[in-house]
Amino acid sequence: MSFTGHYTYWVTIFLMIAGLYIVIARGNLVKKLIGLGIFQTSVYILYIAPGKLIGGTAPILAASFHTYSNPLPHVLILTAIVVGVATLALGLAIVVRIREAYDSIEEDEILEIDRSEGEAQ
Amino acid sequence: MTTEHLPALQVVVPLLAAPLMVLVRRGTFAWLLAMLVSWATLAIALALAFQVRADGPISYAIGNWPPPWGIEYRVDGLNSFVLVLVALVASVVAPYARASVAAELPRDQHYLFFTMFSLCLAGLLGITITGDAFNLFVFLEISSLSTYVLIALGSNRRALLAAYQYLVLGTIGATFYIIGVGLLYLMTGTLNLADLALRLRDVDEIRPVLAALAFITAGIGLKLALFPLHLWLPNAYAYAPSAITSFLAASATKVSVYVLLRYYFLVFGVPLVFVRLPMAEVLIGLSVLALVSASLVAVFQRDLKRMFAYSSVAQIGYITLGMGLANQAGLTGAVVHMFNHGITKGAMFLLLGGVSLRIGSTRLERVAGLARIMPLTSFGMVLAGLSLIGIPGTAGFISKWYLVLGAIERGYWGLVALIVASSLIAVAYVWRFVEMAYFREPEPSAAKLDEAPASMLVPAWLMVAACIYFGLDTSFPLDGARLAAQVLLGAAR
Amino acid sequence: MSHESLLLAALFIPVLGALAIAACDRWPDLRETVTLVTAAALLLCVLSLLGPVLGGAQPQASLVQMLPGIALSFRIEPLGMLFALVASTLWLVNSLYSIGYMRANREAHQTRFYVCFALALACTMGIAFSANLLTLYLFYEGLTLVTYPLVTHHGDDEARRGGRLYLGYLLGTSILFLLPAIIITWAVAGTLEFTPGGILGSGLSNAAIGGLLALYMFGIGKAALMPFHRWLPAAMVAPTPVSALLHAVAVVKAGVFSVVKVIVYVFGVDRISGLTSVDWLPFAAGFTIIAASIIALRSDNLKRRLAYSTVSQLSYVIFAAALLTPLSVAGAALHIAAHAVGKITLFFAAGAIYTAAHKTDVSQLDGIGRRMPWTMGAFAVGAISMIGLPPTAGFVSKWFMLSGAMSTGQWLPVAVIAASTLLNAGYFLPIVYRAFFLPAAGEAHGEAPRTMVVALLLTAFATVAMFFFSDVPLLLARRLAGA
Repeated sequence: MSFTGHYTYWVTIFLMIAGLYIVIARGNLVKKLIGLGIFQTSVYILYIAPGKLIGGTAPILAASFHTYSNPLPHVLILTAIVVGVATLALGLAIVVRIREAYDSIEEDEILEIDRSEGEAQ
Repeated sequence: MTTEHLPALQVVVPLLAAPLMVLVRRGTFAWLLAMLVSWATLAIALALAFQVRADGPISYAIGNWPPPWGIEYRVDGLNSFVLVLVALVASVVAPYARASVAAELPRDQHYLFFTMFSLCLAGLLGITITGDAFNLFVFLEISSLSTYVLIALGSNRRALLAAYQYLVLGTIGATFYIIGVGLLYLMTGTLNLADLALRLRDVDEIRPVLAALAFITAGIGLKLALFPLHLWLPNAYAYAPSAITSFLAASATKVSVYVLLRYYFLVFGVPLVFVRLPMAEVLIGLSVLALVSASLVAVFQRDLKRMFAYSSVAQIGYITLGMGLANQAGLTGAVVHMFNHGITKGAMFLLLGGVSLRIGSTRLERVAGLARIMPLTSFGMVLAGLSLIGIPGTAGFISKWYLVLGAIERGYWGLVALIVASSLIAVAYVWRFVEMAYFREPEPSAAKLDEAPASMLVPAWLMVAACIYFGLDTSFPLDGARLAAQVLLGAAR
Repeated sequence: MSHESLLLAALFIPVLGALAIAACDRWPDLRETVTLVTAAALLLCVLSLLGPVLGGAQPQASLVQMLPGIALSFRIEPLGMLFALVASTLWLVNSLYSIGYMRANREAHQTRFYVCFALALACTMGIAFSANLLTLYLFYEGLTLVTYPLVTHHGDDEARRGGRLYLGYLLGTSILFLLPAIIITWAVAGTLEFTPGGILGSGLSNAAIGGLLALYMFGIGKAALMPFHRWLPAAMVAPTPVSALLHAVAVVKAGVFSVVKVIVYVFGVDRISGLTSVDWLPFAAGFTIIAASIIALRSDNLKRRLAYSTVSQLSYVIFAAALLTPLSVAGAALHIAAHAVGKITLFFAAGAIYTAAHKTDVSQLDGIGRRMPWTMGAFAVGAISMIGLPPTAGFVSKWFMLSGAMSTGQWLPVAVIAASTLLNAGYFLPIVYRAFFLPAAGEAHGEAPRTMVVALLLTAFATVAMFFFSDVPLLLARRLAGA
């Protein structure tokens, strides 16, 4: 398992772990979403990097070329990016509403508010 | 001409309704359209189911691009059953939602609610009907995103945090799924589920396939609230609007179970998943943990919606247990429990929505004396509760029968004991409601209240009646479930 | 009317009656009339089935198919006929008694009471006429659920606690033990139909049969085999007509009926007699007989004493069936009928004493026979029947049980029956003695209301009549044992 030969996978793994770590370790709701975004980015590289074949050219038919890079991963990832954008937008919208309702976007503060309200009931 | 496009229409009809509702912006119009659309999807789903039973699987190429290069919608004995379930639940919840939404949401948000409802329905139906792995991800996200919005529309501000947490976890789940699909694509070069199944058999390097299996399991496991990935569910169900809790409890998790069934049995195959890997033991172990722990936690809850949310986690444990048994009886039990639990929990949450409307809360102490204030609602809860416990004569009994039979066939006697013991725990928490509702005096502020409005009571009682009816005349769900089990085990198509 | 429609009518009449009773909520007199008419109609229906069944017919009917290969179906065989006869006759009498009791004690929620009663009888008919284990189990659970509101009738904390024990024991045993037993039977035998000679075939090992029998015996919690008997005394929180129903007509009889039916038609008497793995059953039943009698001896509360007497008497039936001889099996069937008429008389008397004198304990009953001669006379008849002396029904069934015990050639069964007879005398005769031969204490009071007295005299009369006119029960019991 050579590092240089597989370095795209190493990048993927690093992004995946970094993103997940941010989601788990950070209490700020916006930072969690950022972590989520980083996590999703790792998937993009996972799909696209193998699509580029060694010696392959752009996927446009031409007589003098025999090996083409795979365009399908790009299509798939475009879809995934759109989904990611929609998720991020929705997540941020919810954070805005949470800010209006709780006056905070730190998860532990919000949970504390909920807990003390729960005890008061 | 139309009948050959039914598979596409199944998804397109609710999908097109959503932007129409946003354009017209009227709550009443949106509700009417949502109701008609759900009924239309039910008609289409039933037509597809009958056609599959008569002629065998239906294959539909989107845009006439032939599979495996184009996206294929494939309806067979397994997903036709799930399509009917989802459409049925939507058809009952849609008329119910009018009064429920009017009470829980501000007027200017009503049309948005029904827009998201249609999108969610389109997404769930799409997940079920598609035969393409990536297309499944797209529909998964469509249904998930609309679900996050729907949960966030709940009246309590805690719904916001619940929706956010579900968003984070759900996105992680979907991303895990897509990583798994990516690995499968790398190894086989195809995204079509049927084609994947064929090509996976020839793959030599097994490690990426195992990794793909792990990622897909974790991802879909998050969506179906497989123990211990269920932590988002109690909050989401407790704080979402009542109509949504009912809809989700009855359909969303079941669709995710379907995805896992499809992948385990019809893509990866039994030799890999159950013979080479100990997935059976893992599934059974996790299911048992879900059954016992979630049921026990449910007993001690003070809020009824939360109580039955935990109960749902336990009931999903029954379904995954049947999956882990992986024999005809166990799989029949799992699939029929998807239906039976759907109508049982659907009925309970619809009734609880009526309680929430009138009493203003679903906390256990606030429903004291409910039998005197809302006799029909209370009795409906009792009947649905009996189905949850699995008393013979109710739908829940049929599922238990097959699950125990499946366990006996495998010789897992301890499992038999656990299945029946967990039914007894269900007695404990159902009876907490019964004692509160029937043995106490109502609070003075609540004593003069009325029964829930007819538009809510009728759909709820339709579901309750279905629980009893399908416990006696079991032919429709049971035939569908047995066919599905046979499809999964390769004995039928 | 064809036999099949009569059979279905026996099931639907109580249900329709329940609906009619609910509709007549506002008019108590009309409501009571509907109850009596329904009970009479049911009795007529059952009686018209008696003739054909005695002639050898086995009417059957099938409703919906619940599971592939198992339908909700009914077939009348001798034991079921006997049970249905006892239940329908005693419902009519019990309804008469209930009217008197509920009105005299000004009980609340009377409509709910009569409706649940009718539904309980519907379930009882379902159990009596069931053709397979699934049908039996469905109505068995239905009976538990429908009698719960009856047990918790008073709605106070004590009722709630009693109800919890009731439901806990009955649902617990049936879900934990009976349900797995039925599914295992299905997996092994491929059928659940009640068949003379049993359905288990030769597939099961000795130990497996013993284990399966244990699951059934402890799973049928309504038969009150120790240690799952606690629900019976707990159910005493109910008003006395309910206790009479529970302890004579419906619930406990459904329990021992199911026990005998399972032994005869699922296991098969010949199939399991001689197997060592089933030897534990007579011991368990014998232990229950003696232990419950001892507890009865030491109970001062009258209903509690009667409850434990019931636990003991039920195990007579199980004991006799477990001896697996034709005579003892016939005795078991007869005892279902004999105990029913005797015990209902005793409970009627207890309720009459409570209504007229507000006394609940044995120690308060000095001289009460002088003030309530009819009631205590009936009580004495019931007590004699429990002890098993002629000229009462109890003697007939005890005769058969004793003969069956002696035919096994072992001394222990005979000793158990003898010992328990003495114990029965020990806790019943003192009550009769106190009532008639000690001076009366406390303030004066009269007899119980007339409807109650009429009811008690009817059942006391039936207890004696069954001694003289025992041919119908005997014929049915003999048919069962010969099967």
